[in-house]
Amino acid sequence: MSDPADLTIAEAATALRSDDLTAVELLAAVRRRATMTEANIHAYLTIDAEGAEASARAADDAFASGDDRGPLQGIPIALKDNMVTRGLETTASSQILAGWHPPYDATVVTRLRDAGAVIVGKTNLDEFAMGSSTENSAYGTSRNPWDPERVPGGSSGGSAAAVAVGSALAALGSDTGGSVRQPASLCGVVGMKPTYGLVSRYGLIAFASSLDQIGPITRTVADALAVLQGISGHDPEDATSYRGELPDFGSQIDRGVEGLKIGVVSELSAEGTEPAVGAEFRTMLERLEGAGAEIKELSLPSTAYALSAYYLIAPAECSANLARFDGVRFGLRLDGETVEEMMGATRAAGFGPEVIRRILLGTYALSAGYYDAFYGQAQKVRTLVIDDFKQAYEQADVLVTPTSPTTAFKVGERTDDPLAMYLSDLCTIPSNLSGDPGISVPTGVDDAGLPIGFQVLAPALAEPLMFRVAKAVEDLAGFDARPALASSEGAA
Amino acid sequence: MPIDIDIAKVARLARLGLSAEELAAYGSQLEGILEHAARVQALPTEGVEPTAHPLPMVNAHRSDEVEPTLDRDEVLAQAPDHVDGFFRVPAFLEDE
Repeated sequence: MSDPADLTIAEAATALRSDDLTAVELLAAVRRRATMTEANIHAYLTIDAEGAEASARAADDAFASGDDRGPLQGIPIALKDNMVTRGLETTASSQILAGWHPPYDATVVTRLRDAGAVIVGKTNLDEFAMGSSTENSAYGTSRNPWDPERVPGGSSGGSAAAVAVGSALAALGSDTGGSVRQPASLCGVVGMKPTYGLVSRYGLIAFASSLDQIGPITRTVADALAVLQGISGHDPEDATSYRGELPDFGSQIDRGVEGLKIGVVSELSAEGTEPAVGAEFRTMLERLEGAGAEIKELSLPSTAYALSAYYLIAPAECSANLARFDGVRFGLRLDGETVEEMMGATRAAGFGPEVIRRILLGTYALSAGYYDAFYGQAQKVRTLVIDDFKQAYEQADVLVTPTSPTTAFKVGERTDDPLAMYLSDLCTIPSNLSGDPGISVPTGVDDAGLPIGFQVLAPALAEPLMFRVAKAVEDLAGFDARPALASSEGAA
Repeated sequence: MPIDIDIAKVARLARLGLSAEELAAYGSQLEGILEHAARVQALPTEGVEPTAHPLPMVNAHRSDEVEPTLDRDEVLAQAPDHVDGFFRVPAFLEDE
């Protein structure tokens, strides 16, 4: 058999249920791949060797005794380090949480463990999930396995890099403005943001509470579906968790696109799009048309303001969420004569520049005299974005865009210009504002061999339709390239 | 429209003990970002309700039953300074 680290979840699930492969062997293969690649890509902050080994043995025992909990049993999965893991260091890639061992597990962690999954470790991210390149990590940037001079995207860059290279068969990331979908696109893997409320945020270190969602990063669309089914569902610990009946997410996955109306958002397919990305996008549109879909150009005028609204709403919410990191109960503490001095010194030292920027921005946008003009107005723009989407979904079943206007940029290329960095999320931010689901599917590479992602957006709770179109895109693209680093022979 | 920010006041509200140089640097960066973000003011929004939350939800209640929560010793083990089960911090008020 080929190296087990290169299996998809679906392939591994079959192999684990035959005599071909044990969970312990699968974990060993994934750990070997991590050992060979970490010096180049730095995807991980912490690898839980002992815990993973114990979980793998437990999975093998379960299989042997006929206890089969489903497709995630025995599967090595990595977690972005903004999801708390009891007793295992969790840092949100910040100095302010260096050495912090959470006293509880995130709900998604509990669900993965209950499903028999093997948690390999915690992956690198932009500090507190604020960024689009992973360069804002306080523990060094991760690198793109397709070209280690380039970024893996962000903020879930470590998770995307690990899946791309095979040092995890799947990973969880979090998506507030595109932070699962954009790194997935830049790393040539699948990344998905569910409808807001489908996956519990309990134990996800909060950035922007009305925007954050945890989502899977995998090699295939079918694998993303399997992970979503394992982690989704109502959680009484999360007051924003969706309480209604859930659709069967995979019910339409193999139906194809015949007869579907696919909307192209003109405002999201133009500004700053690299020629290769534009060409790849249009090629897939032609293929979808050939497969029986109707392509329609739609205008969503308020999405041109979505980026601006996001950069008021997200910082405002983050300024409230990050107030808890004050040196009192956990994390870093610097001394001070008074508690105010202690907090001021702790936070100034513990937070990196992008986090400080966003806290300041959010505090200002919420402060007396400025609230209505900035945060209040941004919330109204959010309503207009939601209305535009509702109207669009009356004319089309799904909407499509390139996931990111560009392929992976070089490390250091955008760090001096926050606004240039923010533009990476142009195509993903609107669906965070609306709470609708979206998925990025890799379709090809540009002339430099850098992956390009195709994004499918669907109405709230229309995951079955989203997966259906995503599967069709995946089949039409036939993209099966892997980065050179994803090899059993050692670094290229 | 140039935006004038009292950055020292904002930093104080956010409990960020930044130096004068840092305040100056962040202040001008913020002005740049805010000019872009302020584009939201160009959209007509009379009669538009603000959206705070994407899902239409009300009253996420659960029954008022006592259940085990966090282990106190485990929590205190992560505290920078604690005594007799309390988190200890420097004085709130300066001595006169």
